[in-house]
Amino acid sequence: MNTQSVIDLPTFEALKEAMGADYIGELLQAYFEETPQLLADLQQALEKQDCETFRRSAHSIKSTSNSFGALNFGADAKELEMMGREGKLEGAAPKVEALHANYLVVKQALEELSHA
Amino acid sequence: MPSSSPGRLLVVDDNKVNRLLLGRSLEQQGHSIEMAENGRLALEMLHSKPFDLVLLDIEMPEMDGYQVLEKVTSDLQLRDIPIIMTSSLEALDSVVKCIEMGAEDYLIKPVNPVLLKARIGASLDKKRLRDQQRELIKKFATSEVASDLETSGFSLGGKFVEATVMFSDIRSFTTIAESQTPAETIELLNTYYTLMFEAISDEGGVVNQMVGDGLMSIFGAPLAQTNHCDHAVIAALDMMDMIQLLNADRLAQGKSEIRIGIGIASGQVIAGYTGTIRRATYTCVGDTVNLAARLESHTKVVGKPILIDGATQAALTGTIKTDPEGAYQLKGKTMEVQVFSVPVNQKG
Repeated sequence: MNTQSVIDLPTFEALKEAMGADYIGELLQAYFEETPQLLADLQQALEKQDCETFRRSAHSIKSTSNSFGALNFGADAKELEMMGREGKLEGAAPKVEALHANYLVVKQALEELSHA
Repeated sequence: MPSSSPGRLLVVDDNKVNRLLLGRSLEQQGHSIEMAENGRLALEMLHSKPFDLVLLDIEMPEMDGYQVLEKVTSDLQLRDIPIIMTSSLEALDSVVKCIEMGAEDYLIKPVNPVLLKARIGASLDKKRLRDQQRELIKKFATSEVASDLETSGFSLGGKFVEATVMFSDIRSFTTIAESQTPAETIELLNTYYTLMFEAISDEGGVVNQMVGDGLMSIFGAPLAQTNHCDHAVIAALDMMDMIQLLNADRLAQGKSEIRIGIGIASGQVIAGYTGTIRRATYTCVGDTVNLAARLESHTKVVGKPILIDGATQAALTGTIKTDPEGAYQLKGKTMEVQVFSVPVNQKG
């Protein structure tokens, strides 16, 4: 999978432009710190069938991922957010698992872009 | 669009990336930024230092944006700080709910920097305008009216209150004004106002109208005051003392003396904020107000500077000396009114 299919470059470049090239590293670091925690919260909420926490965690992942241009990843998170909102977590487990795996791809792509 | 001058902004978001994103954009626009990661922390910060504007996330654990908004808008100290909601909830209903609850504006995340700048600028301008208005209210309406306004929120409703109304005016002011330069006239008015305001507010009175050289003051409203008749008469005596000091000063400068007339009446008045939501003034209307105005003009006929009505005289509790001036048929009144004069220089 190439970087461009994971990260929408115009979005990422616009962010870099707006924030400054030196600041993007700091932003990414915060993203890399927070997202694994949010994914863990999502997993835990699923196990407890806690729809509210599930929804909020997915919402937060979607929000920041979209900012960096991880639009597909963001859309997957949004789908989970909607499931939480509707209180229907049936069938969410494989999607959460996929989100975990996709995060590693997103992370790698963002790291490559930030060093480019 | 002119860029707005910098403000002290608080960014509230549970998500660190969002805080950094917003914070960075705002810093680039010249604002000073503080951040809070939840609603509870935000409220603590708002109470501990002044902020010009809050950017508030809706979705937060512990205390969400709605709860913070509710606390802030119901807090007299905080409710004038504009709040802009930030949310990636595209759902219109959450935004509508926030605006209904008192939020100033909203921004959809990820926030567009141009939109951010425009919204922040507009909100800060409005905040500064409101601050200026509050300062003006304090200047011209005393802290009592200002605090009453803060509590009532300019509700334009009237009520009956027992109060004492005072009218005062400079005698032959037009002649004085014609004999000196405009700058001297304005300076005289400023000095006069400063002295009169001090005498009136020291006794808990509220100056609610300034027209030319005339002043209308109210004692006992908007905040209730015991013995408002005493306070009004004492204020009148203090005003006369001040005028004597001012005249000594004017004589030393080779200028003419000024004389004032004061009319005081007590009774029921209708008090409230009149005007429109945009421009309101606290005032009193009714027979008592008219009577005070008539008594003030009547000082010219009687030749004594302070005249009070029978109701005020009867309510005096202290040792203030008054002289009966008989019953007068005043303009616009069907019944005769008992009038008393208050001799000046009677205080120790």
